[in-house]
Amino acid sequence: MTTREASIIEIRDSLLAGRTKAVEVIHEALRQIRAVDPQLRATSQIFQEEALARAEELDMKLKKGEEPGLLAGVPFTVKDNICTRTGTTTAASKIIPTFRAPYDATVVLKLLAAGAIPIAKTNMDEFGMGSSTENSATVGPTRNPWRTTHVPGGSSGGAAALAAATRGMLHLGSDTGGSIRQPASYCGVTGIKPSYGRVSRYGLLAFASSLDQIGVLQSSARECAAALSVIAGRDPMDSTSASRAVPHYLGELERDVRGLRLGIPTEYFPDAIDAEVRARVQEGIDVFRRLGVETREVSLPHTRYANPTYVLISAAEASSNLARYDGVHYGHRARNPQGLVELYARSRAEGFGAEVKRRIMVGTFVLSAGYHEAFYNKACKVRKLIRQDFESAFKEVDAIVCPTSPVTAFPIGAKIDDPLKLYAVDILTVPANLATVPGISFPCGLTSEKLPVGLQIYGRPFEDHTVLRLAHAFQMTTKFHLAAPPVYAGS
Amino acid sequence: MTKSKSDPTDGTPFEAVIGLEAHVQLKTRSKMFCGCENRFGAEPNTLVCPVCLGHPGSLPVVNRQAMEWAARVGLACGCEIARFTKFDRKNYYYPDLPKGYQISQYDLPICNGGEVEVHFANDSGVVRRKIGLVRIHLEEDAGKNIHAEARPESWVDLNRAGVPLLEIVSKPDMHTPEEAGAYLRMLRLIMLYLGVSDCNMEEGTLRCDVNISVRPRGSTHLETRTEIKNLNSFTHVENALQHEITRQMKIKARGEKIVQQTLLFDPEKGETRVMRGKEEAHDYRYFPEPDLAPWIFSEEWIESLRKSLPEMPAVRLQRFQGALGLSPYHADVLVRDVVMAEFFEEALETYDKAQSVANWVTNVVREESNARGISAKEIGISPARLAGLVRAIDEGKVSNQKARDVFKAMLGNTRAVAEVIGELGLEQISDDSFIRNAVKEVIGKHPGPVEDVKKGKENSINFLVGQVMRQSKGKANPGIVLKLVKEELGV
Repeated sequence: MTTREASIIEIRDSLLAGRTKAVEVIHEALRQIRAVDPQLRATSQIFQEEALARAEELDMKLKKGEEPGLLAGVPFTVKDNICTRTGTTTAASKIIPTFRAPYDATVVLKLLAAGAIPIAKTNMDEFGMGSSTENSATVGPTRNPWRTTHVPGGSSGGAAALAAATRGMLHLGSDTGGSIRQPASYCGVTGIKPSYGRVSRYGLLAFASSLDQIGVLQSSARECAAALSVIAGRDPMDSTSASRAVPHYLGELERDVRGLRLGIPTEYFPDAIDAEVRARVQEGIDVFRRLGVETREVSLPHTRYANPTYVLISAAEASSNLARYDGVHYGHRARNPQGLVELYARSRAEGFGAEVKRRIMVGTFVLSAGYHEAFYNKACKVRKLIRQDFESAFKEVDAIVCPTSPVTAFPIGAKIDDPLKLYAVDILTVPANLATVPGISFPCGLTSEKLPVGLQIYGRPFEDHTVLRLAHAFQMTTKFHLAAPPVYAGS
Repeated sequence: MTKSKSDPTDGTPFEAVIGLEAHVQLKTRSKMFCGCENRFGAEPNTLVCPVCLGHPGSLPVVNRQAMEWAARVGLACGCEIARFTKFDRKNYYYPDLPKGYQISQYDLPICNGGEVEVHFANDSGVVRRKIGLVRIHLEEDAGKNIHAEARPESWVDLNRAGVPLLEIVSKPDMHTPEEAGAYLRMLRLIMLYLGVSDCNMEEGTLRCDVNISVRPRGSTHLETRTEIKNLNSFTHVENALQHEITRQMKIKARGEKIVQQTLLFDPEKGETRVMRGKEEAHDYRYFPEPDLAPWIFSEEWIESLRKSLPEMPAVRLQRFQGALGLSPYHADVLVRDVVMAEFFEEALETYDKAQSVANWVTNVVREESNARGISAKEIGISPARLAGLVRAIDEGKVSNQKARDVFKAMLGNTRAVAEVIGELGLEQISDDSFIRNAVKEVIGKHPGPVEDVKKGKENSINFLVGQVMRQSKGKANPGIVLKLVKEELGV
């Protein structure tokens, strides 16, 4: 088995010490992507020329002795639902197959300001709706580098597959109900969904505004911390972004975890969990015990309602968020419509994929007069109860540990025809979005079939540093995160 | 006073019940949720950005000025200002609505309750009434669809999209078209006094929908109503109401039922036509806008807004009539024109005979500004200089009639009143001995009329006075001439 080591943090030092040049870093990143992409189909676009031009510019600055940013020379990929001036932003949908955003998302601007260089856009489930990246209407399914007949998870499946199959890059993803953590789990990488409001959503194509959050997928918690320290913080363009100070994430990693209290919620280990997943997660919890972390059982009694609550709220918001794709102002427009209503109906029927349509229909229904109270309002009330569960649990413990997904990566096509089966995969990740708490997934071993298992840690709102610190401590004494998959171009 | 409209229910057993929904565009510098300039009349689609274009990934940010102005309007109308308010999405499809939803307010508007005091003249004298308000809320305006004649295409101009719009909903407290007209005019005046809107119905900065039902006089029951949309002048509002009240009375007189529907008024034909029936009513699927945090007004902020309110029209009217002793007519004319009222008050600082100044401001100054289509402040004479002129008239230095020539000569320069009077040779002669000589001369020349006067023919006095005036080239003070003619003739 090949191993790999965290490296985005060292790129800046290598550039400053003259050991390498930004152009070489970009060439190496391009080489890796080109080596694995034909098998994985993880990207939707590669920005070769633009990335090399930026790298040359950076090398010139370094030559002049200008102080480079924290992530100088770090190649980064952008999930295709995050706006970039470079290339197109399609959310893997045929409704906006050639949309060119007139602006960069705030996270992209922050990374550019830190000296990082956009190199590719990554594949995803259309508008983030899916858990397997099979719902990509533009690229088609992405494959799991651990086994290319299997899904990488989703919706940030392209980012997860690349994060596993390459090294030395930063990968932006988004997570509405597990879309960073679940693919991170299936691909054996570390993925963090920060607290809601920690990272600006400006420029993220909205799926469900009250649940969406941008985060990263990396080879280690340390890389995640470095990335988060650049992208976190208040954005005047996003009213839901928090103004509280951003902690020093890399510094926080070094603090000892001894004495931290880790809660094990009984509700997160249901019978439906795969036996090997359960075993790897229990072993992972033992690692924490050996590190001096206290463990105790906690209860989050409303967890059983989390999935239906999530389905209702996310669909309701999506039905409204996706109304703008109507064929009038931009994107796909039906040919020769007879009148306005047909223009709307056919443009949307032709442009959206089946899963997106299903959720728009559900969302429209649950907001409709006569059903609003029974579905949408009820779901909002249950969401409050779920949040209160976490609040009371976090009075007793500092973090909560559980599996990321009840199962490991499954074969392409295995669940795509049964939406309910596919939604069930999200049951352990959606509570973080409903409760607006941070969640991290990182590898805790492989199954006998050599598929990665993810361990998930939840923290208090805005204690992203605590979940990173626990994951980092784990990775300091284990080597699971260093394991490279069969499809790997990093060496 | 507003022009009296005949009440179509006069002499019938019916009473009309009228409620108004007024939409007022606020003239904040930027739009409601983005930094775009808020201006009427620019080239189509030049005042736009990703936010008001509804581009994917863009997010709204609340305009603080608009919130403050909405609260000021509420305070001026005696509303309860919400300490906690929020925005909601109103979902519907239309080409002028680029997001597919309008950000509006549903269950927690900025202002609740309140009332507007109106006054108008009818056959029984001046009527004062208080019209209750249900609520005032803030929302964003839509763009404008442009349809070219004889062409199949339509265009969309999004300059107006996102302009802050106040919706002011009255109680069904009005019973006649003239009451409704008076209410709408007072609403406009309040906005002008607060300086928050131009309320120009032609430019659409004030728009109005009306709700009408008709019931037997004496009943307190609310019957089936119709709504007339998009009335764009005060006259249209009154005419549409007259037409609709008459139509409903005819239907009821026949013993038939009113059908609940939405109507459009055709001002040229003076008729309404059906826009949509009850069954076609939209289901707007309101839900809380997840991209905006709720808005909290602090007690201190509301208090500081309350203290900064200017004198409102109803209060000013009372002061002008009470403390200043103006006639009801002059007080009303002044109060209805903010600039003229300010001009008047500034003039009083130089010369405090309020009624004299009011006469001049409401006649000569108003005529001049109306004729040139500019405000009183722009006609080219300062309030202080005008006050000087009025004082000269009162002191007999120039005749009221000749003063108009002096006024004309004072426009557009800074010359003193006395100087202008002197230059024009318009000084009025009030010297008794000079005038007595002229009177004697005229009496000597016209023995016939003198005889007539002695016989009691009043008209002949006027003839003699006219002759004296003629001889003095109009400069003699006509009051003194009359007095001396009477003295000399012993009548």
